[in-house]
Formats: sequence, C-alpha cells, structure tokens
Amino acid sequence: MRRQTFAGHVLAHVGFTGATGAVLIGVPPPWGLTVMTVSAGIGMGAMAERLLQRDVANGIILALALGLGLLSLHFFTAYATQATALLFGNVLAVDDGTVWTLLGLGALSVIMLAVISRPLLFASLQPELAEAGGVSLRLYSVLFAAIVALATAGCVQLVGVLLVFALTVGPAAAAQQVATGVATGLVLSVEFALAEAWAGITLAFYTDWPSSFWITALSAGIL
Amino acid sequence: MNAIEFHDVSVRLGGREVLNLVTLEIATGEFVGVLGPNGAGKTTLMRAILGLIPASRGTIRVLGRPAARGNPAIGYMPQVRGAGSHLRLSGCDFVASAVDGHRIGKPFPGKTARAEVNRVLGLVGAMELGRRPLAELSGGERQRLLLAQALIGRPQLLLLDEPMSNLDPHFQASAVALAKSLQTELGVTILFSAHELNPLLGATDRVLYLGRGRAALGTVDEVITGSVLSRLYGTELDVIRLNGRIFVMAGSRDVEHEPVPAHDLLGMSPHDA
Repeated sequence: MRRQTFAGHVLAHVGFTGATGAVLIGVPPPWGLTVMTVSAGIGMGAMAERLLQRDVANGIILALALGLGLLSLHFFTAYATQATALLFGNVLAVDDGTVWTLLGLGALSVIMLAVISRPLLFASLQPELAEAGGVSLRLYSVLFAAIVALATAGCVQLVGVLLVFALTVGPAAAAQQVATGVATGLVLSVEFALAEAWAGITLAFYTDWPSSFWITALSAGIL
Repeated sequence: MNAIEFHDVSVRLGGREVLNLVTLEIATGEFVGVLGPNGAGKTTLMRAILGLIPASRGTIRVLGRPAARGNPAIGYMPQVRGAGSHLRLSGCDFVASAVDGHRIGKPFPGKTARAEVNRVLGLVGAMELGRRPLAELSGGERQRLLLAQALIGRPQLLLLDEPMSNLDPHFQASAVALAKSLQTELGVTILFSAHELNPLLGATDRVLYLGRGRAALGTVDEVITGSVLSRLYGTELDVIRLNGRIFVMAGSRDVEHEPVPAHDLLGMSPHDA
C-alpha cells in the first residue's frame, strides 16, 4: 500500500551484510543482523518521506549493503555453511534460544505497529491530508521502516534472506487483491503467510525438496 | 470574526516569491472562488493557510488564530491525481482513515468513527460509493470521497483545491452545486480553486484572483475586469461578457483554455505551485 515492497527485499540483503560483518568482528550474527537492518531501515525511512524518492533511497542502501557484504565475504572464508544458512535459512533447524529471540522481536514489531497503525495508514493513503492534520510524514516513514527492519531481522534468522521477501510481500499483496477492508486485509495476509509456510513444510516433508522452494512457489501461486 | 486574514503576507517557495505582500480578509460563511494561471499560487495559498508553508513575512490568521499545522477547524481536499486508484480498499475504509488519523492507535474505526463516516458520506451523497472498492470508482466518484473526507470532524473552513479538474462539464456543475449546498447547509466558509471562472459564476460570493505574486479579492464585477486582470497577468487582457458567461482574452487567445506562455508572465514558472 505504501509502494515500498522493494524495501523488504533490500532490508533482507542488508541483514546478510550485517550478519557476515558481525561474524567478522566476533559478534553473534543475529545481533549484527538486527542492528544493521534496523539502522538501514531508519536510514531509508529518513531519506524517503515522499513516494517518488523511495525507490532511489532503497536502491542506494541496497548497493551500499551489497558492497559491504562483498567486503565482509572477502574476509570471511571459513564458514561457508553459515553463509548458506543465512541466505536460504532452515526452518527445521531452529533451537530454543532462537525461538525466544524471534518471539521477542515479533512481539516488539507487532506492538509498535499496533501503536502507530492509525496515523501510518492515514499518512500512507493521504499524505497531503495527513500532513495538514499534523502528522509528521518523516517520523512515520522512519518508524515504519524500523518496524519492517525488525520483522525482517527476525525472519531472516528463520527462513533466510531470500525467503523473507516471499513471506513479507506475497501474502500482503495477495490479501490486498481480495480484501476491501483494512481489518480483513490484515487477517487475510497473516492467514496466507501461515498457510504458505505450513503447506510448504508439509510438501517438503513428502517430496524431500527444500521447504524454501515450496514456500516461494506457493507465494507466487497465490498471487 | 473573519475566517481568513492575510496581513502583508509574502510566501517564498524554492527561491520564488509566490505571494508578495498580500493583504486580504475573507468573512465566515463566504464562498470564494480562487482563480489564476498555473503557478499563480492557488495551492501555495491553501498550504499557507494550513500552516504547511510558513509566511516569509506578514501574518496569517485562520478563524481568529495564527495559521498552524493540524488545525482541526480546517477541512482540506488536496489536488490529487488518482489517489488510491489501484486499491481494492472500500470507500468507507478510505474515508475512515482520516477519522482521528493524527492520533496514535489501531486503524479499526469504532462506533463513533463509523457514524462520522456515514454522516460525511451522506452529506456528499456518496453512501453507495462507500461500499465499493476504490479501484472500481471513476475519478469523479473518488473526488466525491475526498470531499467527504474533508468534512470529517465538522470543519468551519473548507479548502478545496481544484475539485473540478479532470471532470466533465456536467460533473463540474454538480461539484460546484455540491460545494454550494455545503456552504448553505453547514454554514462553512469555502475556498474553491479552479482554472475556469464560468462554472463558479452562480456559486461564488467573491473571487480571489492570483497572479504574479499579487491578489485581487472582490465580487466578480469588481475583479474580472480588463484593468485588474491585466495587472495580475502583466499583459494586456480583455474581458468579454457573453450570455452570462465571461471570457478573458489575451489578443485572440482565451487565457483560461490556452494559458499565456510562461515567458509572457515575467518571473513566473510554468509549473503549478
């Protein structure tokens, strides 16, 4: 709705850079990933309060992140498996500690989103009107980008950089095609995402193909 | 009390003086048509009243108080092209996003918000549009929803920026009639900007004509004259009255339909402001 779908993709890549960088300087990858995505999200939000500038801002951040990621990879030769895990994720290899971290990140995103959702929706649908009504477009742009970044940071650890895009954008886009109400749209997109993820894992179990493949396939199929 | 008071107001935008020492007073309950060529500052004037653009000098008072952002007494219909035209969102939910939209919280309208949405949809005769998705509405129907949105919170002053643009002549007339009925029924002050004067003739109490940083406010007979408009456009203009319609001509051109080229209007950019 904010025409910012590309942002999710960029943030996931940025997360990869953050994680590889973290390993390099000896910090746990999840921390590097979270810090990096959130700061990139805030940067993107601050740069692009107006619709037209958003793609440019996202592009700049993406290019910068890929460059830094490359730099990290250049120094980072030892843990190739860890890099693969970050790129593609592994839904079935999550330990208790990660689950708690993810629950925390998820809950934080949902609470923040719930608090700002009304002005955010207003600013997204009617920026001129919202500005006239005293809503700071920049503030909400930054806050929203930070929340997306937080959610992305959580997802990357679970499903990998490449799958985040399929799960954050696909279900929401599909729901927007069907639903005519804000509430139904939100509920539907959550349901689509859960259905895709569960069906993907189930299919992976029976076919022995990677679950990531099935989830992306289902996400594309629903659209 | 006046709805709007400008006292020696100058507004600069991108290094250009869009309004230059403008002084004017608009009484409450007036319907004022805001006219002028592209770039004359119609939108800038409204954004200054909303407090979105500060005056570089002078004072702007709105309903007795200095102009400031977030004034709930002003309803605003921005000049938008195709807002939300790609969305499946229903008209109702679109209009509802403006109810308390500046306060933090969840976006699901409660009982009072629903009632407010129904009230404003009823005022503009758009109850039926509220149930349909935005993507299926015509441009004119979406404009009606934007007008409904401007009425949320019972504003005393309505700023309507080009509500007739992109409308067929028939729908232009009904847009003016609708605004006029809001003025009489709700007693609100209305600023209605437009490119053309003729559709507004029966409705406006006074007209505010902008050009080259200056403004002329008065009745149609006072303002729409060759001498006043020539001064605002900075070029020799004739005003021709024909069967209750008024044409403003620069030589053989009708300036409302064939705008005077920018280089004729000294110091003016061809972009709309």
